[in-house]
Amino acid sequence: MKLLVCITKTPETTAKIAFTDGDSKFDESGVQFIMNPYDEWYALVRALELKEQHGGTVTAINVGPAANDVVIRKALAIGADDAVRIDTEALSSSQVAANIAAHAKDKGYDVIFTGKESIDYNGSEVGGMVAEHLGLPYVSYASHMDHNGSTATVSRDIEGGVEVVDVAGSFVLSASKGLAEQRIPNMRGIMMAKRKPLNVEPATVTESKVSVVSYTLPPAKSGVKMIDPENMDELVRLLHEEAKVI
Amino acid sequence: MSVLVLAESPNGQFKKAAYEAVHYGHETAKSLGGECIALVIGACADPGALGSYGASKVIHVANYTGGADALAYTSIIGQVAGQVGAKAVVVNHSSTGKSIAGRLGVKLDAGVVSQVNSVPVAEDGGITVTKPVFSGKAFAKCKIAGDKCVLSLMGNALPIAEIGSPCPVEAASIEAPASSVTVKERKTVDGEVPLPEAELVVSAGRGMKGPENWGIIDDLAKTIGATTACSRPVADTGWRPHHEHVGQTGVAIRPNLYIAAGISGAIQHLAGVNSSKCIVVINKDPEAPFFKAADYGVCADLFDVVPRLTEAFKKMKDA
Ligand SMILES: Cc1cc2nc3c(=O)[nH]c(=O)nc-3n(C[C@H](O)[C@H](O)[C@H](O)COP(=O)(O)OP(=O)(O)OC[C@H]3O[C@@H](n4cnc5c(N)ncnc54)[C@H](O)[C@@H]3O)c2cc1C
Repeated sequence: MKLLVCITKTPETTAKIAFTDGDSKFDESGVQFIMNPYDEWYALVRALELKEQHGGTVTAINVGPAANDVVIRKALAIGADDAVRIDTEALSSSQVAANIAAHAKDKGYDVIFTGKESIDYNGSEVGGMVAEHLGLPYVSYASHMDHNGSTATVSRDIEGGVEVVDVAGSFVLSASKGLAEQRIPNMRGIMMAKRKPLNVEPATVTESKVSVVSYTLPPAKSGVKMIDPENMDELVRLLHEEAKVI
Repeated sequence: MSVLVLAESPNGQFKKAAYEAVHYGHETAKSLGGECIALVIGACADPGALGSYGASKVIHVANYTGGADALAYTSIIGQVAGQVGAKAVVVNHSSTGKSIAGRLGVKLDAGVVSQVNSVPVAEDGGITVTKPVFSGKAFAKCKIAGDKCVLSLMGNALPIAEIGSPCPVEAASIEAPASSVTVKERKTVDGEVPLPEAELVVSAGRGMKGPENWGIIDDLAKTIGATTACSRPVADTGWRPHHEHVGQTGVAIRPNLYIAAGISGAIQHLAGVNSSKCIVVINKDPEAPFFKAADYGVCADLFDVVPRLTEAFKKMKDA
């Protein structure tokens, strides 16, 4: 099988969220970056499992500058065969998706994986956009997938439950929790990753319809009101009369 | 010009999310100009009811009977958007809406902003709208160049109100391309409001010691009609089902009331819940970080406090 996994780089989950340039840019100083957890833990690992089962290749793709190579090498260390970096600043979901689709067109990938969303922009948009560009079905929020080489059966998360679908032929899939178990790269993987091909391709789309004008932080909580554990009637009264939420 | 709103009708019925989307479409039409037209795809008992929330008319595509497949839905919505000259298309930020928004943006050559939590405004030759980013740790004001947009609306983001009366329904027959996705089955928990839509949520963490102790959480949730949630390690160890896992790598929620028992309040947990309007934290450790993000705190053993809180709610309901 020919498998493509879209990976992105996000701030580490405990990173301090702060902004610079008049609150128009994320402040990267001192921030560690990681591979987006949904891409790494679920999408990439499920792709590797399919390759182990059916044979084939797993390619990781990222749209971004050379600084992203660290994250791409990690995907290679975990087990991807090769990688592609589309060399441009990632501006928005639509620009990223257009570049990925331009690469994937005519390559005959059986499944194109994305994570269900990035943990920074939380867009959940790229998978659907790639699918539309390529005219492929899109099966989102997959928490389980079996693939027999031509047809897949996928469980996807829906509100309060799951939907089980069959999909024939090539498609785009977004990965949510449960699709696979996280794999930690081992020493051999890390050594091999250095020699695996990481092909840098020029971007086809460098402009974007959507941009961020400014960021704000949520208003700080005014401080917690501690309630006497013996007096839950008081808590209920406050929820009813003060907070007015019940 | 018009605003086209997809009103989801799972099993032929509208849920709160559909009314929210229509009401938001109405506000969007007021802001950007034009009328709010609702689109219903598939079986639906009473499409005209959407008029009460601000739709001036409903287009009902009843001939489509397949599942909410992203490719088919995008084709149908795209065709209708073309017919009514829609400048903005609104969907819910739901499993269906999220799957469509990106596709639709490509199809209509429109800017997409997902999980919006404000009404869009036309300014500086574009459209601006806000959305949470960094899993709720911040908000971004996004600008869409041009005059066409696709927006997916975050649940519980804006208040809804009945502002009108039922509206006319126009039946339309629209062909969708054959889909290679077939729905085999849908398994949903009956009788419980799904987490992303829930206004009241009772959540518990590792402080519960084991899955056998969840009875007190279920009792509390049942008493107030809340949906249950949990922290990640609780789902990872199989104490609770995965769909209950909230936080940065789980479901992001924004209920009116979030009660957390035996959850420490790690940054990744807070990320998915800190937009809740009111947070109550029950934890026996006075240093638990969650207290800093809480509105009300109870520092005590949850096994004493939770049943007592349930009793207090029952008393209030009976009063
Ligand atoms: C990349 C990444 C992503 C993550 N994503 C998420 C996520 O999406 N959601 C999430 O929840 N976590 C997430 N985590 C994990 C997170 O860091 C915490 O480990 C987790 O939230 C802790 O769960 P907890 O609060 O239930 O358990 P603990 O941290 O063990 O806390 C248990 C709490 O219960 C209290 N307690 C114990 N007994 C009692 C009692 N009898 N009465 C009252 N209080 C009691 C203790 O004082 C303690 O504060 C993520 C971590 C990483 C690294």
